[in-house]
Amino acid sequence: MKVELDNSIVGQGGASPPPRTQHTASERQGRNRLANWDIKYSPYLYIAPFFILFLAFGLFPICYTFWVSLQDRPILGQGEFIGLDNYVDLLQDENFWNAVYNTVGIFIISTVPQLLTALFLAHLLNRQLRARTLFRMGVLIPYVTSVAAVAIVFNLIYARDYGLVNWVLGAFGVDPIDWQAHKWSSWIAISTIVDWRWTGYNALIYLAAMQAIPRDLYESASLDGASQWRQFWSITIPMLRPTIIFTVIISTIGGLQLFTEPVMFASGGGLSGGTQRQFQTVAMYMYEQAFYRFDLGYGSAVAWALFLLILVAGVLNFLIVRRISDSSR
Amino acid sequence: MTSVNQSVIRRAPRRRRSRLGGLRQASPLTYFALIVATALSVFPIYWMFVVASRTNDAIRATPPPLLPGGHFFDNVSRLLDNENAMFLVGLANSAIVASVVTVSQVFFCSLAGFAFAKLRFRGKNALLLFIIATMAVPVQLGIIPLYMLMVEIGWLNELQSVIVPFLVSGFGVFMMRQYASQAISDELIEAARVDGCSTFRIYWNVVLPVLRPAAAVLGLLQFMAMWNEFIWPFAALSRGDQPTVQVSLRRLSEGFFTDFSLVFAGVALSVLPLVVVFIVFGRQIIGGIMEGAVKA
Repeated sequence: MKVELDNSIVGQGGASPPPRTQHTASERQGRNRLANWDIKYSPYLYIAPFFILFLAFGLFPICYTFWVSLQDRPILGQGEFIGLDNYVDLLQDENFWNAVYNTVGIFIISTVPQLLTALFLAHLLNRQLRARTLFRMGVLIPYVTSVAAVAIVFNLIYARDYGLVNWVLGAFGVDPIDWQAHKWSSWIAISTIVDWRWTGYNALIYLAAMQAIPRDLYESASLDGASQWRQFWSITIPMLRPTIIFTVIISTIGGLQLFTEPVMFASGGGLSGGTQRQFQTVAMYMYEQAFYRFDLGYGSAVAWALFLLILVAGVLNFLIVRRISDSSR
Repeated sequence: MTSVNQSVIRRAPRRRRSRLGGLRQASPLTYFALIVATALSVFPIYWMFVVASRTNDAIRATPPPLLPGGHFFDNVSRLLDNENAMFLVGLANSAIVASVVTVSQVFFCSLAGFAFAKLRFRGKNALLLFIIATMAVPVQLGIIPLYMLMVEIGWLNELQSVIVPFLVSGFGVFMMRQYASQAISDELIEAARVDGCSTFRIYWNVVLPVLRPAAAVLGLLQFMAMWNEFIWPFAALSRGDQPTVQVSLRRLSEGFFTDFSLVFAGVALSVLPLVVVFIVFGRQIIGGIMEGAVKA
């Protein structure tokens, strides 16, 4: 993310303190003191609400999660300090590793096609179009629907017996698929829910970045005889690099916390992600341990493990994307 | 740099004719692809209304129904009779939660954004960087202690547990700061100071009116986000008698439900308000998302 901090800092440095109107001496002094206080300290008052709320409901809980993860802590009653025992258990917990595997798997098969499709859609939208706003609204409308509602809809679309997808496949002679029963099929179904909602949103982000690319670059490339494809690969992609990195990082943070889609997609709505845990994600496992097994300590250890997973994946993706878009220069 | 400037000057007349001059003309194939993309986007939303207006027998037919039927109001009245889901309470609660958060976000985020964009104070840049960093922190991971905190202060199953943590956001502060720093001139602020305005009066009478377009977009985005929020309300409200609409949906679909038409009536009603908002304000929402993308 590139942040425009510099200009405002420079711009404000030169401003002189505002002059004041004339009043009697004592009145002026009182007023000045008040005005000085106002200028000096009121900014802190204005930004305070964010910091207070973030400390209380954001930062404190995350840090406290770590403290809880070092305890054997039932939902009722006192915790007992047990050091790293929860983490030791976690490393040997098959269900945890299964959840990591599912989360990363669903993340990859949803995000890669999603961002590529979004790039392609943005490329299409970046033309002289009739009904421009209508098409933009068309691809963005999934973004306003709630994940919970949509996952219920996809549950029926992918239903084994009366589902639309199986009906369409049946027309091509394919036998009905029990989408929730297998790893591969449930991963695909959940990925389509994620992609349905986010592809259009990312397409608009890419479109905005494409529109900021100076036209002259393309004009001189055309004069040099570069093909459309060559222009897309050698101008558009490198110019979009910061935006692509931004969307990949945001998708990583959001995608690895995947929770609502698989929970609401599951018939019966359990947190186990199917009978064999075939699509249980790490966030679901955290939730299951904390709120269904009432083991807050172990759930907190899962939360920290997920935090580390996001951190590692974020850095990894950043490096991969940077390398790929470097090579296209 | 000079060659670029020259080419801009040379082409100026053509540019004025069309803002999109230089863009490729869309081919029929482009239109075809975009129509397919739009259809895929709209279909699940359309189809939830189809199912919501059918009987369960019709839904189980082969081929599945693709046109709306006439049972929408039957299904809705059966939905409202469902005591476990408390659907009407859920709708009302979501309206309250989303409205309160929207008003509060617009006020506090624009106030803080104004301070970061236009006021001088020590530590400003470090604090702003901190706010930007918070946007990348997966706050969901703190829900276990957040839950314990809510139990401790007696807010569990109360609406304030899903309102108060969201009253102001780093995203909103940053968005308003970006808009304020380019939309408001320093001269305007200085002039108001010379007239003896206090900082808060400057914010209220001078800054806020200028920020109105960005504030409207922030309000729309936050309203939608709060209406759709699931994981935290699910933890904080799932066992009480004050569900939000998403928690009501979850209660409807819990267990191996077979009453699709009833569940889908709830799904359709929960999505309808935002679809209406989107149709009315779609242009502003698109503008907000795309402007944010360029600045971020």
